[in-house]
Amino acid sequence: MLRAGLPTPLFLLLASMGVQGIVRAADAGSLPEHLADTGLYVSGSVTQLQPDVVQFSPQYPLWSDGASKHRWIKLPPGTSVDAAKPDAWDFPRGTKLWKEFSHGGRVETRYIERGMDGIWRYASYVWNATGTDAVLAPADGIRDLPVPGKRYSIPAQDDCRACHEGAPAPVLGFSALQLSPDLRGLTAGGLLRNLPTELLVQPPRIAAKDATERAALGYLHGNCGHCHNDDGPLAVLEMSMAQRVGAKTSTDAVVRSLAGVRSEFRMTGGTARVAPGHPEASVVALRMRSRDAREQMPPMGTYEIDVEALSLIGRWIEGLSVQQSE
Amino acid sequence: MNSLKMFVRIALVVAASFARAGDPPAAAPASEVLARGKYLVTIAACNDCHTPWKMTAEGPKPDMDRMLSGHPEGMVLPPAPKMPEGPWQNAFAATNTAWAGPWGVSFTANLTPDRETGLGKWTVRNFTETIRTGRHLGRGREILPPMPIPQYKNFTDEDLAAIFTYLQSIPAVKNRVPDPRAPGALASNGM
Repeated sequence: MLRAGLPTPLFLLLASMGVQGIVRAADAGSLPEHLADTGLYVSGSVTQLQPDVVQFSPQYPLWSDGASKHRWIKLPPGTSVDAAKPDAWDFPRGTKLWKEFSHGGRVETRYIERGMDGIWRYASYVWNATGTDAVLAPADGIRDLPVPGKRYSIPAQDDCRACHEGAPAPVLGFSALQLSPDLRGLTAGGLLRNLPTELLVQPPRIAAKDATERAALGYLHGNCGHCHNDDGPLAVLEMSMAQRVGAKTSTDAVVRSLAGVRSEFRMTGGTARVAPGHPEASVVALRMRSRDAREQMPPMGTYEIDVEALSLIGRWIEGLSVQQSE
Repeated sequence: MNSLKMFVRIALVVAASFARAGDPPAAAPASEVLARGKYLVTIAACNDCHTPWKMTAEGPKPDMDRMLSGHPEGMVLPPAPKMPEGPWQNAFAATNTAWAGPWGVSFTANLTPDRETGLGKWTVRNFTETIRTGRHLGRGREILPPMPIPQYKNFTDEDLAAIFTYLQSIPAVKNRVPDPRAPGALASNGM
């Protein structure tokens, strides 16, 4: 947010350039020190959920190095998510979401809340070895947290914002496409309002020529589309991997922005973002295959290659024809 | 960018700001912002690394014909020297635009407004988030040494906007800077 007292000319110039859209690191100091105080569990417990906490599962989850994950949302009493805009649901002030990461035992629980001031805050709580308490991580995160058999880091709050604030809505896994199979239940349960009727009649589905393409495009949406879309800050790259509900041309737009398009990032063997028929020459696949920090994709939050997804993306690229990309 | 285009660009930016804010025009805001940006770019020593240096009779100096255009793409470098065991760890090219160290080899970026190879397509948000987070475009790979991100991330939003405004006003130079290389990479000209 812009500071008060800024000289008018500079304020106006900044406003015209969109700087008012940059929310400086929101004060996360107001967040509780312990996860147990965020409202997830009943008092005195770190396992028993509060009755108004709702578990959900996106159909195209983010790869997190094989961690098992649980996700929950909690809305203030008497409120609901305004789902009128299918790709940018509006969450009421006071919304809280949690995502728990486990590798054998619980490692961390990430937390997002929309404060009563309307600002989104992001944090992570790190579990102790006995699983009896999770404590607020430093704003800069923790690099190389000791987790048996794994390299693991807790993201910095800037990292949280990097992904969550590049999309139309900062909640990535709770959306019309991600929860397509659950829309009727969520509406009936009062969590959603104003969802377009046609999405209840026919829940959103990625347009694709076959199941492989649908799964590949879904993976790209869930893992890449929050940054690589056509209306966020990375729109300057003119590369979109995000699906838009209701936009029947979403798949075409994604393919057009990838297939046969020269990659600005140069890698040995790859010149196009996606080379139809040739995953070995496709920079998207090559960067998914890398875990060199200079070139890997995604650039953060993972130290291990998603082998299954790489195979899926490879099969999709093999099946792409040059004509499809034109 | 010629001066007429720059004038029109600044005028549009300023006009847009007045239109949004509904305030009467203030005195020469564009020139104030440009001057502030130029001042900050100067004292922050951006030219030291982002402008290739050339040898002159008075010794090495930034080549201002290539101002802030980053490491020259046509400059093929041999592998970085292997440093002996001990405290000497880093090396840099005579242009001051390529640096080798434990992180590999990094090349300074093209900060001119060229649309294909520089910052021409960037928004002020892209620039601000890059400096603030130390990640390319605020979301990509980490920006490597010797870029002083730990210091620059403390610039205010208005400082960064002024710097960006100034950078968008300088002559565009088409120069595709190589991507950084891993430690031990043989070639250091991009591929």
